[in-house]
Amino acid sequence: MQGILQPPMPKSWRKETKPHKFCPGCGHGIALKALGQAIDELGLQGIAVFGCDIGCSLLAWDFFDLDTVQTHHGRTIPVMVGLKRARPELICIAYMGDGGGYAIGAQHLVNAATRNEKITAILINNTQYGMTGGQMAPTTLPGQKTETTPYGRDPELTGYPTQGPEMVAAITDERAYVARGTVARPGQLREFFKRALQNQIDGRGFSFVEVISACPTNWRTNAKETWEWVEKLMPTYFRVGELKVPEALRGKGVEAKDEETP
Amino acid sequence: MEKPIEGEKKVFMTGNEVVAWAALAAGAEIMYGYPITPQNEIMHYWTRLAPKYGRMFLQTEDELSAGFTTIGGVMGGRRAFTATAGPGNVLMQEPMAMAEMMRLPVVVIIMQRGGPSTGTVIYSQQEVTLTTLGGNGEGFRIVYSTASNQELFDYVIKAFNTAWKYRFPTFVLGDGYQAKMREPLVIYDPEVRGISPVPAEPFLGKPGVPGVDRPPGHYRNTYNTEEELYEVIMGLARAYEAIIPEVVEFEEEAVEGAQLLVMSHGVVSRAAKSAVRALRRDGYPVGYFRPITLRPLPVEVMRRRAKEVRQILVAESAYGQFARLVKEALYGLQVEIVPLFRPGLGINPEDIYSRVQELIKGGEKGAGHIAATHA
Ligand SMILES: Cc1ncc(C[n+]2csc(CCOP(=O)(O)OP(=O)(O)O)c2C)c(N)n1
Ligand code: SF4
Ligand SMILES: [Mg+2]
Repeated sequence: MQGILQPPMPKSWRKETKPHKFCPGCGHGIALKALGQAIDELGLQGIAVFGCDIGCSLLAWDFFDLDTVQTHHGRTIPVMVGLKRARPELICIAYMGDGGGYAIGAQHLVNAATRNEKITAILINNTQYGMTGGQMAPTTLPGQKTETTPYGRDPELTGYPTQGPEMVAAITDERAYVARGTVARPGQLREFFKRALQNQIDGRGFSFVEVISACPTNWRTNAKETWEWVEKLMPTYFRVGELKVPEALRGKGVEAKDEETP
Repeated sequence: MEKPIEGEKKVFMTGNEVVAWAALAAGAEIMYGYPITPQNEIMHYWTRLAPKYGRMFLQTEDELSAGFTTIGGVMGGRRAFTATAGPGNVLMQEPMAMAEMMRLPVVVIIMQRGGPSTGTVIYSQQEVTLTTLGGNGEGFRIVYSTASNQELFDYVIKAFNTAWKYRFPTFVLGDGYQAKMREPLVIYDPEVRGISPVPAEPFLGKPGVPGVDRPPGHYRNTYNTEEELYEVIMGLARAYEAIIPEVVEFEEEAVEGAQLLVMSHGVVSRAAKSAVRALRRDGYPVGYFRPITLRPLPVEVMRRRAKEVRQILVAESAYGQFARLVKEALYGLQVEIVPLFRPGLGINPEDIYSRVQELIKGGEKGAGHIAATHA
């Protein structure tokens, strides 16, 4: 069946650890496929280092044929920053959840962005804490029921969903690349990742991609509901697209196309 | 590029300045740090000196980041270090737990300050518990407690080699007093003393394409089963225990025929040493013992010495943090342990002299009791 009905795995994926450990229908796998393709297309397997956070992203600790370090909750950005500073020739990718990036590790995201650290940060927005069983995250939607907002998130009490890429775009200079993609458009997501990585390859600056993702397990949604959530509901709070593209990366034929459906 | 120090040189420097020079001499390639008194001047000297010798610096957003960026640097195969104190040391324990789990050769300089909380910034030995046993781990780390600026120089150089040789996080303890105190010492190029750098090797970003030329390096600290984790911890424990005999260091004096031993560490041991010398001169049977490694402690020799005396006076600028380690090391022995605890205060030779005098005089009266407990 492999290779006939299913598209081939990215070359940078580690075959021995597949099938992967995410729940069925999880968005992490789609995002990591797009990332694997981007790494393949840019030929980065020999120089890319993958850092994953605590959260469901930790399940990717042996996902790639890449040197990989699984860090602490929220601390993947500083580990990758430290590595990049010490070994600028490496392409350092920090992969985390919305809790890791916007809550416990928010100071690292803000300061790495401000200092224009030449790393690529990828953040999976699944509107809650997946690994710990579905508590409220900074990205939880108004009215969304989670384990710690059992009556729905009340913006009066706990605010509105974090606008992460908007924040990063606001605090970075013109050398940064900032985008929000979605697992509903994996082709576009791959192109966003390629530009984000290219920005690092060029030694230009910080790159950040938030990914609208799905967590059917904690959302307690079926396949249809999950896709409605990802395709219709989440984009009403989180605008998909590129927020900041350095001049040198513009018009390189990687504009948002959506040639694939998952 | 020229060496930071050619041959040997007599200098008159503060402890913080000494640390910066020692790190340069040790071949440290990058420092990551967050400002906190009393270690600030380590960064101040480092940022002035480092660029001249092609070394790097990053000021991070906090000590969590300082610790985790140091981990990143070390995993990239660089001799990397950080320095902190007090509340910064509290935050530093999270990255150090990861370093402990993955056996990452990070080097951390701790200039202790008074606590709890923000406390003070001068005398203190109140970060002993945190530095030796902090983090949600088992204390698989190496901690040197230094007494002078000369030792700060010697042990900062040694710390890099210890870390890279044994692959455990390595700490050098000083305090605010040492950090700011100016003293004469000899700084040197380690090569002239026959010390060559243990080579640093990358964990991440090794040569070759992973999955093609070599297996990928996959480092994690999360495990699926209790058994899996147990095996990892027991592996760490065995590796740690195996190196203890090679790593432990101590200093002793006048232990021959002593009935009372003064035990201390770090800067307090200087007061202890001069008190013991004066007491000996005045005819008191008193000895001096000082562990230089607080983790691991030189337990074997401590127990041997403890069996030879009636009493041990533990002097420290903390409320029993060092004494707790001593008691654990001496568990089961019948020696009396007497405290001289001055949390966040300096200890003078006179303080120790008079306390020992009282104990020995009191001991003569109550000799029966002491002999009984000693038996
Ligand atoms: C310091 C610390 N605090 C809390 C936790 C517990 N914890 C593990 S994963 C997680 C949340 C993960 O959520 P997110 O970052 O959104 O990732 P997801 O699982 O949703 O992909 C938390 C709070 C931890 N491991 N470490
Ligand atoms: S809990 Fe949610 S985020 Fe985690 S693997 Fe399962 S579906 Fe994915
Ligand atoms: Mg999440």
